[in-house]
Amino acid sequence: MAPDRELSFPGGPPVVDPGAPGGDRRSRILGGGARNTWIAVCSTVVFFTIAVFVIVSSPGWPAVRRSFFDVQEFTYAFPEILAKFGRNVFIFSVSEALVLVFALVLAVMRSLPGPVFAPLRLLAAAYTDLFRGVPTILVIAMLGYGMPALGLQGLPDSDLFWAIIALTLVYSAYVAEVYRAGIESIHSSQVGAARSLGLTRGQSLRHVVIPQAVRRVIPPLLNDFIGLQKDSALIAFLGYTEALLRAQIIQAQDFNFTPYVALAVIYVAITIPQARFVDWLVARERTKRQAGAEL
Amino acid sequence: MTEAIRIEGLHKSFGGLEVLSGIDLLVDDHEVVCLIGASGSGKSTLLRCIDLLEPVDAGRIWIEGDEVTAAGVDQNAVRRRIGIVFQAFNLFPHMTVMRNVTLAQEKALGRSPAEAREKATELLTRFGLLDKADEFPDRLSGGQQQRVAITRALAMDPDVMLLDEVTSALDPVLVAEVLDAIRELAAAGMTMVIATHEMGFARDVANRVAFLEDGRILEQGAPEQMFTEPQEAATRTFLDRIIAAGRM
Repeated sequence: MAPDRELSFPGGPPVVDPGAPGGDRRSRILGGGARNTWIAVCSTVVFFTIAVFVIVSSPGWPAVRRSFFDVQEFTYAFPEILAKFGRNVFIFSVSEALVLVFALVLAVMRSLPGPVFAPLRLLAAAYTDLFRGVPTILVIAMLGYGMPALGLQGLPDSDLFWAIIALTLVYSAYVAEVYRAGIESIHSSQVGAARSLGLTRGQSLRHVVIPQAVRRVIPPLLNDFIGLQKDSALIAFLGYTEALLRAQIIQAQDFNFTPYVALAVIYVAITIPQARFVDWLVARERTKRQAGAEL
Repeated sequence: MTEAIRIEGLHKSFGGLEVLSGIDLLVDDHEVVCLIGASGSGKSTLLRCIDLLEPVDAGRIWIEGDEVTAAGVDQNAVRRRIGIVFQAFNLFPHMTVMRNVTLAQEKALGRSPAEAREKATELLTRFGLLDKADEFPDRLSGGQQQRVAITRALAMDPDVMLLDEVTSALDPVLVAEVLDAIRELAAAGMTMVIATHEMGFARDVANRVAFLEDGRILEQGAPEQMFTEPQEAATRTFLDRIIAAGRM
């Protein structure tokens, strides 16, 4: 029987004993080694069997199932909500594209050196503080109700337009901080090398610092984008019929909460592939730059 | 001979710490000057000041007769004329070797991509790196990375090259390939100021050796004279320590 190959801390990730023969590469969730795998499978099956049994046999379960997991209701509501979810996709896609650019402008403004740029740095910092502090739904309400009501010449009065602007303003504040962390994580010797070749400050930023910074912050960037995607549901507050409002309408008609579950399923279904995509992107970048290194 | 670099009364402090306390140095065209001295004696700072990577507190610097410390000088233009190679290579990790060498040619010198590529190909061939052109820096050995860094600086057709302990971060077995590249540059007549701990190499390649201590050039002279009969006690002490460490 192989000795235990893992030194686990409670609550921490398993630490693989570097001295273990063969080096274990099995799934971390299940643990390593034939015996450990067997124990992990058994305990998992037993645990979930008991959990499902306890839930299903509890006195409230039939009511919960009727309200949240009604198959017939789901079959009806899902396509209805999915159709309106296209609007959410439009809202967050446009918003994300705008955020990518605007947040970068903010981050660069905040990283400008020298006393001359103090007002720009201050402006960017104040912007970030403001929009990270105000609840997103408040910004959506202010712009979505307020701006069209002003009836200003030349500005659109569509609530969709203002909702997209509101999401862009709020999330640019978060993403600007992510970008800034990325920019600051690039070692000053990279700038030194760029400047020593006669590149200007702007060229160094554009060709050397920002490309490396952006690659480095892709995972936290996705985190904020998932937040933005979820917050596209806040536009229901303006009475704009996107997926959440559609789900709410069906729920009110049928006195059943299954439509909300259907919408939750849609959100989860779009989030997971994005997370895997970013994992793949990060792995590919690492492979491209480092794998097969020979000395 | 015309002078490539003239430095007069150079002072530089970081916070309260004075790192350069009045450096005077003349480097002629095609001359190779090696800076030796303990870590912290100011070698790196001197090189960084010449390339205007650090603002100087006092003193003046001329490159090929043009004062570069004068007010209103385009510092980017000055840096284009000076190549510097760092101890830690500082290649751009997100670009291929080829792009590392062509970027500044295009953006700072305004060469066309074809011209830049041609220049890069010529230099990479010269340093035996052409087969690495499409690799990323992290996949190269330290010696190869440092040769790419030399290539990248040379591609700008600099008037002078500054080398800042370019072999100190290398595995001992990789030092020779980099030193050979520098020897070749010296033989081709490149003006160079080299901060180094490789005394054998300094003796071999330098026209002149300058010993720095506490931010001053304490003594300078021909390598033979400096290594065999140094005039200053501090120089002798330094060289004795180097010999004791088996580095000479």
